[in-house]
Amino acid sequence: MTSIAKPQIPLLPLERNQLGLTIRDYSGSMSTLCAGCGHDSVTAAIQEALWGLSIPPYQVAKLSGIGCSSKTPQYFDAAAVGFNSVHGRMAAVASGAAAANRGLVVVGVSGDGDSLSIGLGNLAHAIRRNVRMLYVIANNGVYGLTKGQFSASADIGSRSRKGEPNLLPPVDPMLLGLSLGATFLARGFSGDKAQLVPILKAGLSHGGFALVDVISPCVQFNDHEGSTKSFRYVREHELQDIEADIIPVRGQIHSEQTPGAVTEVELHDGSRVLFRAVPEGYDPRDRVRVGSYLVESARRGEIATGLLYLDEETPDMHQLSETPEERLWDLPFERLCPGSAELARFQARLR
Amino acid sequence: MGRLPRAAVAELAPRRTLAPIPVTDVEDPSYFHKVVDCQWACPAHTDVPQYIRLIGQGRYGDAYLLNRKSNVFPGILGRTCDRPCEPACRRGRVDGDAVAICRLKRVASDLREDVGWGLPRAAEARNGRRVACVGAGPASLTVANDLMPLGYEVTIFERQQLPGGLMRTNIPAFRLPAQVLDEEIAVILDMGVDIRYGTEIGSMRELLQMGYDAVFVGSGAPRGKELELPGRHDEVGETHIHIGIDWLESIAFGHVNKVGRRVLIIGVGNTAMDCCRSSRRLGGEDIRVMARRPRQYFKASPWELEDAEEEGVQIVVNHAPRRFIIEDGRLVGMEFDQVRWDEGAVHSTTLGTVRIDCDDVILAIGQENAFPWIERDLPLEFTSPQLAAVDEVTMQSTVPGVFFGGDSAFGAKNIIWAVEHGHQAAISIHNHCQGVPVAERPAQVMKLSSRKMGITQWSYHNDYNPHGRQEMARVDLKRRFERLNLEVELGFGPEETAREVERCLNCDIQTAFQAPLCIECDACIDVCPVRCLTIVRPDWADEAELRTRLNAPAENRSQAIFVSEALPQTGRVMVKDENLCVHCGLCAERCPTAAWDMARFELGIPYAGRPAEVP
Repeated sequence: MTSIAKPQIPLLPLERNQLGLTIRDYSGSMSTLCAGCGHDSVTAAIQEALWGLSIPPYQVAKLSGIGCSSKTPQYFDAAAVGFNSVHGRMAAVASGAAAANRGLVVVGVSGDGDSLSIGLGNLAHAIRRNVRMLYVIANNGVYGLTKGQFSASADIGSRSRKGEPNLLPPVDPMLLGLSLGATFLARGFSGDKAQLVPILKAGLSHGGFALVDVISPCVQFNDHEGSTKSFRYVREHELQDIEADIIPVRGQIHSEQTPGAVTEVELHDGSRVLFRAVPEGYDPRDRVRVGSYLVESARRGEIATGLLYLDEETPDMHQLSETPEERLWDLPFERLCPGSAELARFQARLR
Repeated sequence: MGRLPRAAVAELAPRRTLAPIPVTDVEDPSYFHKVVDCQWACPAHTDVPQYIRLIGQGRYGDAYLLNRKSNVFPGILGRTCDRPCEPACRRGRVDGDAVAICRLKRVASDLREDVGWGLPRAAEARNGRRVACVGAGPASLTVANDLMPLGYEVTIFERQQLPGGLMRTNIPAFRLPAQVLDEEIAVILDMGVDIRYGTEIGSMRELLQMGYDAVFVGSGAPRGKELELPGRHDEVGETHIHIGIDWLESIAFGHVNKVGRRVLIIGVGNTAMDCCRSSRRLGGEDIRVMARRPRQYFKASPWELEDAEEEGVQIVVNHAPRRFIIEDGRLVGMEFDQVRWDEGAVHSTTLGTVRIDCDDVILAIGQENAFPWIERDLPLEFTSPQLAAVDEVTMQSTVPGVFFGGDSAFGAKNIIWAVEHGHQAAISIHNHCQGVPVAERPAQVMKLSSRKMGITQWSYHNDYNPHGRQEMARVDLKRRFERLNLEVELGFGPEETAREVERCLNCDIQTAFQAPLCIECDACIDVCPVRCLTIVRPDWADEAELRTRLNAPAENRSQAIFVSEALPQTGRVMVKDENLCVHCGLCAERCPTAAWDMARFELGIPYAGRPAEVP
């Protein structure tokens, strides 16, 4: 926790985005997390991604569950709407927000406990529905708020601060997502914003559920020798060979100059993701190959990062449900709720 | 997950071979000293942030003594200093207005309790060495201040009947009351200085034959420049054309007490400002300061110009004097060329000629050194007809044991430079008298000490205070001219002082970095309100390239870039742009490993017979 607010010093001619806003316009209150927490870097990366894409700050819904990671929405984009929901239920609340107002940019921030333990069922079904949102898991392998017990993402053999090894297998959100039909799967590292920011931008531009697993070390309970989610361990075992760039719709397009080694995927909104330096034969749209790549790299003790899987074909929740193009809360009451006569007619059809 | 041996990882991600990192040497006292912009800019290197902090704590006496250690005359300088610290002040780069450093110095002086315990005292036993000083201005007084406690017998020869030199004769009493002057000079003279008033040294040769162990020339630059134009030397009854500094001196000693209704001042330096404001008090009503060039080229300090204009003085630009108009043996006016300047004000075009009527003209176009009393056949070499050859470090002339300081050394500067010259000359005189080569200078030392008191607690106020620079209250214009010596500025009151001290950004509390502790979590980079920190791979070609690769491009080249040694985990380096850092300490608050700390930088400055030390 810091003792003073960030001084708003008019020192720099800060860069402005297309809305004429500076990065400061996307900031929230000062972090109350432990000094050095990886989550603060995730916050800073989200802030930079929102600013970089010129998303109007008030158009963002920021939602979270309970936990250290779930405190972070407080620390970015003060103009956005949102709240800490129930533990593990952020995905459900976010689905509701996305259903009611399809114009919102929904950003959910959760942790490995909130998403992979108590909230696993909620996460699974939001993935299946392909709710259009950015879902960030700030993954540190421990329950930091309750003093460092292993979480569901802790690796076998990873040691606690007191030296005890974890014996249970980890839930890998990437493999989980792949098995459930996720359409956007990426992994980043809080200590590497150069990679994380483009991933978050791509996730925000994606037309469905964008699941981003961010290894975000807990400096207090999981940054020691023997941990597999410490700054040092991740730096020594990170595989960055799936390097991805995002080119927003407004970015300059030089498609004819795209080198042959680059795989290109167009996103829903017309922006494009360029995959470069991918391992030979890697196709980010081939679910089977991506799955085996993830299993193999995990077996080698490597942490594969980057934009790992992308599917732009699967319809999102609104398309699946054939909802109207307008936002539900813009609909006149009579259309949104056609009355008991209409209900009776509908029920009669099902008898 | 299994573990991979590190070697295998290195193979997966081969690193480029890098050139050696130009790691910043923060052990060199000049590195952090330069970050303290005000202290670096001050010729005497006064520890400004610390005295401002002491004022904030109500420790006025301590603040006064800290000032006095380096600048000897806090009360005088708190009113009259040229303030090289203020244009340098970091706060000026942040919100456009420097901290009112000079005014706070005056607060320390005005509100100090009895500080007798901390003032220098003459040595109980004399060391048998005798030093002669010429002129009782700030330079000579500083020499006496430094040497009397060491046991030297210091004799000062002063042609006037009162000490102070230019501080008394050229600075009007409405800016610097005589009482302030007397008080601070008395501290030095009362140590037992042998001061000989009314004694003008007529010959350097004779002075050298008087058997002193060292001679210090601190006689100033006493000759006001002439304006040789038609009419200047015409036969007139009573002259109405005055040389500025002589005229001010005559006012100071009561020889002049009136001036005509219409006064023209030629020149726009600080002396011109003192002349026009003095005219206003001696009966002048229509007072114009005539400048050849546009305002941005004026030599006068902006605040002195404002003070003059507030008192109804007109500043007239782009007028080049052509001739004095003398009619019937009497000055009646001056003729000027109206000019237009090209960009940069190098060349001018004359547009026409204009006559301005006046009763008096005061020439304030600069002053020169004059040493009619130094024989040119001595081994004492001159670099120009007016200036002796003086070493910039030792202040020694080409005659061993003869030193110069203040305006006598390199031409007209200011009081604070005179003080610094005095300190350096005193070191040289001490060396000279002890048989140590004068070029052997005692070293500066430094100390860094953490200000950490708790997890997010520091022993300094690190929050940013958005207040603007406080205004100085002045005597009402209706009352201001009642007496010639009525001090105009009233000094800061408690409220202005309380606000102004908090505007200081504590540049002496350094953001100090220890690379081996860093885990590269990015917390400092994320929290920094001015984006002055960056972690980069050390593969830049030169500093110019590095400056473009930072989170905020480092465009102010006069400010240093800090480069750490390689960070343990990735071999990258931490880079800090000192220009932007506002010393808020947030990086240190968010640092989980205390790789960043807020540490006070103290500079130990050596004085004659007192090696540098930091407590």
